[in-house]
Amino acid sequence: MTKEINLKIDGIDLIVDEGTTILNAARKANIQIPTLCYHEDLCVAGNCRVCVVEQKGVKNLVASCAMPASEGMEIFTNTGKVRLARKHIVELLLSEHNADCTKCYKNGNCELQLLASEMLTGEPMYIDLVPDKKYTIDRYNKAIIKDDSRCIRCQRCVRTCEELQSVSALDVAYRGNHMKISTFFEHPLFEVVCTNCGQCVNRCPTGALIERNYVDQVWDAIYDTTKHVVVQTAPAVRIALGEALGMPAGKIVTGKMVTALKRLGFDSVLDTDFTADLTIIEEGHELLTRLKKALVDKDPSVALPMTTSCSPGWIKFIEHTFPEYLPNLSTCKSPQQMFGALAKTYYAQKRNLDPKNIVSISIMPCTAKKFEANRPEMRSSGYNDVDYVLTTRELAIMIRQAGLDFASLPEEHCDSFMGSSTGAAVIFGTTGGVMEAALRTAYEIVTGREVPFEGLNITPVRGTEGEVREASILINKTLPEWNFLEGVELKCVVANGLAYAKKVMQSVKDGTGNYHFIEIMACPGGCLGGGGQPIPTNPEIRSKRKSAIYEEDMGMTIRKSHENPEVAEIYKEFLGKPLGHKSHELLHTHYTPRKRY
Amino acid sequence: MSEILKRVDLIFGEYSDQKYKTLEKTIKRPNDDIIKDILDSGLRGRGGAGFPTAMKWKFTMEQPGDEKYVVCNADEGEPGTFKDREILTQVPRKVFAGMAICGKVIGAKKGYMYLRGEYRFMLPELLKEIDVFNTNAQELDIDFTIEIRMGSGAYICGEESALFESMEGKRGEPRNKPPYPTVSGYLSKPTVINNVETFVNVLMICRIGPVQYKKLGTRDSRGSKVFSVSGDTPIAGIYELELGMPLEKFVEEFGDGDTKAVQVGGASGFCVPRKKFKDTIIGFEGVPTGGSMMIFNSSRSMYNVLHNYLDFFEEESCGQCTPCRVGCQQLRKGIEAVKRGDKPITYLEQLMKLSETMKITAKCGLGQSVANSFSSIVNNFKEEMIY
Repeated sequence: MTKEINLKIDGIDLIVDEGTTILNAARKANIQIPTLCYHEDLCVAGNCRVCVVEQKGVKNLVASCAMPASEGMEIFTNTGKVRLARKHIVELLLSEHNADCTKCYKNGNCELQLLASEMLTGEPMYIDLVPDKKYTIDRYNKAIIKDDSRCIRCQRCVRTCEELQSVSALDVAYRGNHMKISTFFEHPLFEVVCTNCGQCVNRCPTGALIERNYVDQVWDAIYDTTKHVVVQTAPAVRIALGEALGMPAGKIVTGKMVTALKRLGFDSVLDTDFTADLTIIEEGHELLTRLKKALVDKDPSVALPMTTSCSPGWIKFIEHTFPEYLPNLSTCKSPQQMFGALAKTYYAQKRNLDPKNIVSISIMPCTAKKFEANRPEMRSSGYNDVDYVLTTRELAIMIRQAGLDFASLPEEHCDSFMGSSTGAAVIFGTTGGVMEAALRTAYEIVTGREVPFEGLNITPVRGTEGEVREASILINKTLPEWNFLEGVELKCVVANGLAYAKKVMQSVKDGTGNYHFIEIMACPGGCLGGGGQPIPTNPEIRSKRKSAIYEEDMGMTIRKSHENPEVAEIYKEFLGKPLGHKSHELLHTHYTPRKRY
Repeated sequence: MSEILKRVDLIFGEYSDQKYKTLEKTIKRPNDDIIKDILDSGLRGRGGAGFPTAMKWKFTMEQPGDEKYVVCNADEGEPGTFKDREILTQVPRKVFAGMAICGKVIGAKKGYMYLRGEYRFMLPELLKEIDVFNTNAQELDIDFTIEIRMGSGAYICGEESALFESMEGKRGEPRNKPPYPTVSGYLSKPTVINNVETFVNVLMICRIGPVQYKKLGTRDSRGSKVFSVSGDTPIAGIYELELGMPLEKFVEEFGDGDTKAVQVGGASGFCVPRKKFKDTIIGFEGVPTGGSMMIFNSSRSMYNVLHNYLDFFEEESCGQCTPCRVGCQQLRKGIEAVKRGDKPITYLEQLMKLSETMKITAKCGLGQSVANSFSSIVNNFKEEMIY
């Protein structure tokens, strides 16, 4: 049993579990202590020192985020000594910081700015150090911009990159006055192992790490009357967009989002869910084909386990870290890229449009998608399949710019065609979702029956944060053409967050992990915790988003990808059959081995 | 030499434990007896902070687990200190024997010496000595071996937790405390980390006994201390003196007759001006020191002295915590601005407040102690800061 600790904070008696920090004990008593380097998802750093408090009988102040409560401790969070120290610390940070707030992308959504305003900083207390610093801005990346002049060196990004993602593209370099957050040999982000996942962007308290935004380019396209602008929205956007527009976490805003997009002036508001369903058909068949080659043809060259390929952060990670496993990646493009390729072919044909006049926009919970859209192999339509990728946050900016009162908007449906969705597509937005959607379809293809789970809810593969989830499903009473799978126990594994992806791949490599199908999402919780989602992020917010996704799935009338009528239609009218010639041309891709350094 | 200033020959003296005789005897004694002797001797750490050595050992001894470590902090980086270099050159066996006694008491099988990067030239000799020690230990049936780890020239790695990080191959940055090293040190295992000189003191206490040892020094500062004397002195060098002496006597002996101030304890220590020599005791009851005694005569600009220290801290701060990283830059820029007349004289008050904040909020001893030299120099030599 955990030991209980009695302590007093600002005169309030508290009982907390042993190991609880003063910060968390104070929060329990609804006493807010300001923080900057602290983040619930990360290990304690204790380096900004903004959270200092006074402990009775101790000469120095203590950092409340790092100090565990101890028996009989008496803490004061609001003494003159504490307030002066905090003010000094914020003033010190400001003196090193490019505080040109009106020119900052994070203006109005900056933790340092908020603290400064609370402390009534006013006239600078100290000498401005910025002019003497040779700060650099790394603008060379398609997804993320790193501006050292905005950095307060809290190291949240460093901890994110190492602890959550095991990428370590960012680390601390130099010391003292020259200390900075940097990359391997100070190379620009696009030349290092950075996966563009954007988890650092989600956690940066200031404007030091931001997404590269394409808001103005998208407005220009909308205003250009010669252009036909199509927009697709990813499943995880509709359960988080509300947060960036003043609504509580976990609110499903699909209908309002569609209305907003139409009012912004997009010519056609479509749905990435459509190509998510298409992905399932292609990827499901790919898996079954690989299994057949392995089990029936005994082809030793077939790469198993097969891993999913819809998370571009994961793709770049495996390219750098496990390039020898690239053949194991499904060759399916991500739903975003399938959509882009079809927008400028199938859609253009059907709507009788010249593809060169189509501008294809995607709204994603993701920063890595910006990089993905710019990959050279993503031009199978003959044009950029996707022209601009906006994050959930950028869409919120556009909605505010247009003066729309989001909360009061009516709810509309996506346009057709390429706008229909199923529950299977919706759950792409959470960890385990692609696996579940794939199983709902593949099991039915093989056996002719629905998956043997109540309400189609394959809960064993529903992943959670901070773990690798293994599950297996027994295939029996197959249809005659699939009888080679009779009695096969399909072994699956689901991981979210690249640190866990690494564990899975390591287990595959050393032979301890024995799987057929691996689902990896680069971000904690899957796309719902993506690097392009509204800030802040924490376990509680992500868990609300997750509930919203499953709620949306349950509310759909069609919950299996192969039952999406538009998907059936596209095979009939355009693609022919899964893994057919046209599919290969438009919907599949290849990967590039990359070096670690 | 004056009578009050007592020269001592404990550290470098006749007995240097060439044959590890004291070690041989000591390891046969019960741990509690050894701890009791060290406790009775009143020995406090010789690195500067002065934590009671016996308590440190006792806490570590009481920690559960088999894997514990002894670390000798030989990252002698404090400006003006060079006594550990001498100890390790003259009497390395006393140091190793002290470490081995510690290993026996706390239950550690492994000792490390973290050697300052700039002392690489000493490595060949030390490695030979370590071979001798390890062979002797084997013969004496002592399950304890010593290894050397090299620093790379960062002052901050003298801070115990940053030193562990460095030993573990990581960036040398101080950790949050608690947990303290006695609970979680090297490789997160209970660790005793002591200064080079402390280990020698332990050995000598084991040899001569606490009663004899206690005859040296004062109630709060038992024993002797090796001082590194530098600056405006005709007789710069290393001297082992009894603790608790008045600074006045020290200046009489070592000064050049024109001493304006003494910086006691290096850049992170205190500056004592002439008018306070008389009332200042060198020891834990007065001004403590890790051994650095820098003497300045009236030809020296105390502004330059302070500027030099601030330059040093600005660069040697690890940079992780705000008060230290930015505070050091602001203090240095601040005194420059006052000197130039860009900031009013009252700005010095502002800087004093800032240094006070650094003292109470910085993560480790580095940032916390910048205020020592800053406030003692600014307070005592204000005119020199301004004109």
